Amino acid sequence: MANILYLISAICFIMALRGLSSAQSSKSGNMYGIVGMGGAFLAAILTAKFSWYPLVAIIIGGCVGILVAKKVSMTQLPEMVAGFHSLVGLSAVMIDCAAYFSPDSFHIVAMNGQIFTSSLIEIGLGLVIGAVTFTGSIVAFLKLKGSIKECFISIVTNKLIALAIFVSFVMFVLTSNGVYLCSLIVLSLILGITLIVPIGGADMPVVVSMLNSYSGWAASGIGFTLHNDLLIITGALVGSSGAILSYIMCKGMNRSLKEVMFSSGIRAIKGAFEERHNRPYTRGMPEDAAFLLKNANSVIIVPGYGMATSQAQHALKEMGDMLKKRGISVKYAIHPVAGRMPGHMNVLLAEANVPYDDVFELDEINSSFAACDVAYVVGANDVTNPAAKSDPDSSIYGMPVLDVEKAKTVLFLKRSMGAGYAGIDNDLFYAQNTMMLLGDAKKTTENIIKSL
Amino acid sequence: MFDIGLNVEGLCKLFLQSISFEGLHNLTVFILACFVGYYVVWRVTPALHAPLMSVTNAISSVIVIGGLFVSFEGDLSYSQICGLFAIFLASVNIFGGFTVTHRMLKMFQKNNRS
Repeated sequence: MANILYLISAICFIMALRGLSSAQSSKSGNMYGIVGMGGAFLAAILTAKFSWYPLVAIIIGGCVGILVAKKVSMTQLPEMVAGFHSLVGLSAVMIDCAAYFSPDSFHIVAMNGQIFTSSLIEIGLGLVIGAVTFTGSIVAFLKLKGSIKECFISIVTNKLIALAIFVSFVMFVLTSNGVYLCSLIVLSLILGITLIVPIGGADMPVVVSMLNSYSGWAASGIGFTLHNDLLIITGALVGSSGAILSYIMCKGMNRSLKEVMFSSGIRAIKGAFEERHNRPYTRGMPEDAAFLLKNANSVIIVPGYGMATSQAQHALKEMGDMLKKRGISVKYAIHPVAGRMPGHMNVLLAEANVPYDDVFELDEINSSFAACDVAYVVGANDVTNPAAKSDPDSSIYGMPVLDVEKAKTVLFLKRSMGAGYAGIDNDLFYAQNTMMLLGDAKKTTENIIKSL
Repeated sequence: MFDIGLNVEGLCKLFLQSISFEGLHNLTVFILACFVGYYVVWRVTPALHAPLMSVTNAISSVIVIGGLFVSFEGDLSYSQICGLFAIFLASVNIFGGFTVTHRMLKMFQKNNRS
């Protein structure tokens, strides 16, 4: 009975991911996910002896979860997702510990009273992945919140820690001693920190997707320990999903996963603030911008992280509607790595009720910039930087970028003339056809609306 | 001192032991599921990548059933504390993850109809 329920749950989870292939079917996808989870709960309760403790833990946890999820704003989404990943990691560590302390209830004890060696291997691996996911996600969470900045940690340190983890892993498997279990956990926790701390802010979308992937592998690891197919299947689904997202994000930045993981600390320092002389640029006022927008035939809005920080999406939508009433075509162009997590910009625009059909991906819209009158860039610096196409020395050279500079006029909303997240200057600011609108993106857009 | 020769031999033995029948079955399931995941996820539209992350986050917390395997009879033991804590954390994730995904998808769907 329980096994049939597990099978049904597994199918539901696959359908949940399948549902996300289009916006229409997406909501039913989430329902499939919930049904699948319900099935899994039911199956577990049927096999386990009933007790109040876990039920209370589920109820308290559930209330906390719902409260957090209701309160969080869509701008804070990347932090929240990173925070949730850390919980999966810690939970996996705890379950592995529970399995180690009471192997009887997990049916992993051999005739002689010892835990199976294969189970020890699985527990060890699960612990490492879980612990790395836990601290790595916490670091990512703090970074996305802006509480900590990246700092340089030599690769040698990471290699040494990895070696120490390997040694404790082997010792743990051979002796099944609790001391090695502890050292395995502590070392993995440290590795999680030292792996993620040096990674630069611009690479955060990759990191968040990677941790997503790790949390999946951690779940699979538990599945191997418990010989439970549902956990293995779910973990594999989540793991491959995160891996694919990381791949897409890396491609969006023209970087390999290895580069992101192991050399970004150097990159951020190297590229920072070279050649920042006071180059002349055109500074515009919202009234000028309104005039340009009014007389345009087509406008493409390019949102970036600046839109998220200033919460400008609602003002943008209002401006877009006003322009549309005048018969001006308004489109939105989204770069795959705009924002701090995959799909971040799409969610914010959806929150502001921007129609789904007006939002375009990089490949779909890039040819349209040449024919458009105004490109309205809202705090999207590196993803519009023409240096990625022209300057082989630039650290972002080769990254696919939006051809914003081909538009007749570029209106660039930016808080100040500082460099972008990757720390490189953008020639676009100083171009003849660019007008810089300095200040808070939301306020600037609201002022433009007034002038319209 | 630790004898390295013995260590290698031990590891080889461990490796062979670990490929038991049950382990092989689990590995089969795992690899097939990776393929399913690969093909399903590539079909997800880029616009829905954020909900994809939050829903995968929610379903990976199915590890909660690992915590439910712990027996909760008798005095409070290490295993029970770990299990309860794991159940609590995973529940935060499950309920939180589905709720936030629901919130996001509602926004996408509303705009799609209009």
